[in-house]
Amino acid sequence: AMEDVSAKFVSQKISRTRWRPLPAAALQPPDLFATGSWDNEDNRVSIWSAGDLGNAGLNGEYHGEPHLLCDIQHNGDVMDMQFLDQERIVVASSTGTVTIFRHHQNNQTLSANHRWEKAHYHVDQDTSCGGAACTGVVCNNPEIVTVGEDGRINLFRADQRDAVRTIDNADSSTLHAVTFLRTTEILTVNSIGQLKIWDLRQQRNEPSQIFSLAGDRVPLHCVDRHPNQQHIVATGGQDGMLSIWDIRQGTMPVSLLNAHEAEMWEVHFHPSDPDHLFTCSEDGSLWHWDTSTNVSEKPSFLHQGGRSTAYLSHSTINQSVVSAWLSNDPTKDRMEITNLIPNQTLSVNSLDVLGPCLVYGTDAEAIYVNRQLFA
Amino acid sequence: MDEPDTEPPLVVVPGADPSARQLCFAWGPAEVLVCETLFDRAGGSRSRCWHCYPLLTGSVAGTGQGAPSSSQVFVVRRDQDIYIQTLRKLFNESHGIFMGLQRSEEELAGKSRKAQLVQVSKNYRSVIRACMEDMHEAAVATQDPALQGQYSTQVSILSAMELIWNLCEILFVEAATAGPLLLRLLDWVRLHVCDVDSMVREVLSSESPSKHKLFWNVVDVFVLQGRMDEARHLLSKEASANPTSMNMYKILDDLMKKMPVPSVGNTQTLTELELKWQHWHEECQRYLQDGTFASNPHMESICKILLGDEDAILEKKELMTTWYHFLVTRLLYSHPTVKPMELRFYAQSSMDLFLGGESSPEPLDLILMAAFEFEIHQVIKECSIVLSNWWFVAHLTDLLDHCKLLQSHNLYFGSNMREFLLLEYASGLFSHHSLWQLGVDYFDHCPEYGRVYLELHIERIPLSTEQKALKVLRICEQRQMHEQVRSICKIMAMKALRNNRLGSALSWSIRAKDAAFATLISDRFLKDYCERGCFSDLDLIDNLGPSMLLSDRLTFLGKYREFHRLYGEKRFPEAARLLLTLMTAHIAPCSFWMTLLTDALPLLEQKEVIFSAEQTYELMRCLEDLTAGNPDKQKFQDDDVETTKVEMLRLALARNLARVIVKEGTVEGS
Repeated sequence: AMEDVSAKFVSQKISRTRWRPLPAAALQPPDLFATGSWDNEDNRVSIWSAGDLGNAGLNGEYHGEPHLLCDIQHNGDVMDMQFLDQERIVVASSTGTVTIFRHHQNNQTLSANHRWEKAHYHVDQDTSCGGAACTGVVCNNPEIVTVGEDGRINLFRADQRDAVRTIDNADSSTLHAVTFLRTTEILTVNSIGQLKIWDLRQQRNEPSQIFSLAGDRVPLHCVDRHPNQQHIVATGGQDGMLSIWDIRQGTMPVSLLNAHEAEMWEVHFHPSDPDHLFTCSEDGSLWHWDTSTNVSEKPSFLHQGGRSTAYLSHSTINQSVVSAWLSNDPTKDRMEITNLIPNQTLSVNSLDVLGPCLVYGTDAEAIYVNRQLFA
Repeated sequence: MDEPDTEPPLVVVPGADPSARQLCFAWGPAEVLVCETLFDRAGGSRSRCWHCYPLLTGSVAGTGQGAPSSSQVFVVRRDQDIYIQTLRKLFNESHGIFMGLQRSEEELAGKSRKAQLVQVSKNYRSVIRACMEDMHEAAVATQDPALQGQYSTQVSILSAMELIWNLCEILFVEAATAGPLLLRLLDWVRLHVCDVDSMVREVLSSESPSKHKLFWNVVDVFVLQGRMDEARHLLSKEASANPTSMNMYKILDDLMKKMPVPSVGNTQTLTELELKWQHWHEECQRYLQDGTFASNPHMESICKILLGDEDAILEKKELMTTWYHFLVTRLLYSHPTVKPMELRFYAQSSMDLFLGGESSPEPLDLILMAAFEFEIHQVIKECSIVLSNWWFVAHLTDLLDHCKLLQSHNLYFGSNMREFLLLEYASGLFSHHSLWQLGVDYFDHCPEYGRVYLELHIERIPLSTEQKALKVLRICEQRQMHEQVRSICKIMAMKALRNNRLGSALSWSIRAKDAAFATLISDRFLKDYCERGCFSDLDLIDNLGPSMLLSDRLTFLGKYREFHRLYGEKRFPEAARLLLTLMTAHIAPCSFWMTLLTDALPLLEQKEVIFSAEQTYELMRCLEDLTAGNPDKQKFQDDDVETTKVEMLRLALARNLARVIVKEGTVEGS
């Protein structure tokens, strides 16, 4: 319910929000998250505590609004960021630089731990002019993959000074996002509606597979992979469309689902409950896509006032498969989708889900924490 | 017609010295650029040689020999508060309230609409209050005395804004009627006169409050603010400590308890209230006259206050601190059923009495006075002059406009006041490197000039990353601002082109449907191909899809690449047919025909005959058209390589024709 959401106005436009990963076998909900800002004269990377656990109520819920633990100046817009481990965050900058920041928990400070200056850059015919925005980063400790407006793919190791592998001109258009498909394979999306698989073991500087949207080549802005069924991939496009792809077959998306009215900036499967998926958009909405239960037996928690709830039928092309994301039985297969933020006007740039918790940040300079997603 | 009746405030530009040099300036949308010229003050300069230097020099200039090293360009901003970090919370949160108000349903009738508007007003005030608290915390936390001073100033400005807003809410938005009006004004005074809170705390926390030297001050404060229960509670402490005057206390306590007050719930009529009140007033009068309290000056004075004795109330001037507190106290004890339109008389006389000619009213006093006089336009005008931001007047005016209180007033410069102030505020937001996004929605709700303002401002947003460009583009596309869409895409395409990112450049021009630019980029691709002999950015060209139709050159690029693909896949007849079509259907530019004909060479040399007789004739005609119709005929004859190429082509075509005649003859003959 809305009452479980706490908001804080932070006097900076938020481009990214990320929960700190939980240690293995942790039972508590996540308590710390990081944010990055954009379009400020002075941009910052900040670490927040989600709220006070201590004096809380009976069932160990958090109370109060998020409060700032520490922050550090960041050169350029924060374009993307990702926790490498419990202490280190990798941040992609609009200047093309990639920085690892370390969060020192004993004295609550942040410091730059390692930096790859101009990991992404444009080269003019004669002179090298400025960096190119690094648009996406993904980590699989100790490996870090970054992509950028320069169409370049970099593979770094957290402990090595130089890039392990660089694919120059990997893409002729802007690469908008990257994620790991498997340990050695990555997925990228670009500004001409293509989803590509790259096998980093191969020395060829070419993708091993290219998928693309039919018709107008609508740019893709975000990508996520199903945590358990690796062949299921979700992407979000400039027109707000959610595409579900089965990368084992075909070159086109299995289904196209429409909810947002403008750019979809992020898409995330719930990491431990992947029947749920979350997307946010420039249009100021954040949708919760739920394929977990049959609609007829649905508990009523999603029907509360103020929310708009709709049912969508898959327009599926493919048969087969156990996953609700790919199946196409029109009687059973209905997805419930809910906008978690009615009446927001400015863009929701980022979201992250972990356990029962959701955190998101907006261009209205506010961060929101929802601690009871599945209440 | 409104004429400015005050001198505009003087802005001192620190670092500039107008006494030494003449300043020049240029207007920007929300800023003014000021710089020192090389003319000295007198005009007739002795150092004439400087006149030949450019008059406008940036702060980095000064390399020229005679140029003064102090040459600087100053940016003078009008809406300074926009740049205060803590206030960004105010701007952002109130933006949400503003948008809610614009969306709110005007159809809601009477009471519920009013309740809705009052709620909106309260929301605005709570944002001001939250901001004030943040600012206060910041002031306490900082070590820097200068910064501390700045924060404290902001706190007092915010507190004044909230004070004014609250009064406007009572008088204009809620439009409280006689009875409830007084209760609202009492709340207003209690909320804003908080200097006494610490005194109250000190007395209440002392060991025996009734012995405290400020005890009676606190009792008086409670009485002056109409906080009867608290006053009686304190008095009871004194009573138990002083059993001898128990009787006196009981009488005063009884009077205070019985005092009739207007009720919110409308359970009694005003006439009933007035009757009760008259009765109670007479009772107080009796006790005062028969000297019941004569032995205790404190209690006697309280009784006089209850009777609305102006002198007795004015004696407590120090405890009230402001004339408007005096006004409300006076109303409470003399005119509890005051009507809104009577307020102006009491307000004016209260201010005169309170200030007593010792000091003249401050701007804040004048604003509040204008509110009590229901001069809404005067309130807004004074606030515009005094406050250092447009936020306050813009939002207040918008709210009052939604209350339908401003409709008759049109300004001589075009739009109405609401729109004028919103435009000013939004322009300020647009001059900020980060808050510009908020400005968009304000412009959207200015029906007359909003669109034009948005068009002018949006073009000035620096497009530092593609992501930001996409956001700006989305704003323009949603509003069908085609000109701006084109311009943004062109800027981005140009940037990409300069960075040699042909693929990105092409997708930007496809987005803008900019055929001319798509042609330009296609030419770059073709040029690259001619130079290198292979295509760059195949991933893009192979996936042009329907966007290929945007420009003829792009179509050619796509088709030409398709030819290469067919050739690579050894689908020769299809490749040959396509190649020929490119020329005969005039898809290929003439400048590229030679390349295409050269591409035909290997097809002509294949073991299999690929071009039919008819196709071969067409190829020959193409070649002849090219060599004959080319204005650079000379070039072909002079250039050995070209001549050889043409000769080789002619030979190959002739041989192919021979082979095909034989082949076709054989096929037909059999």
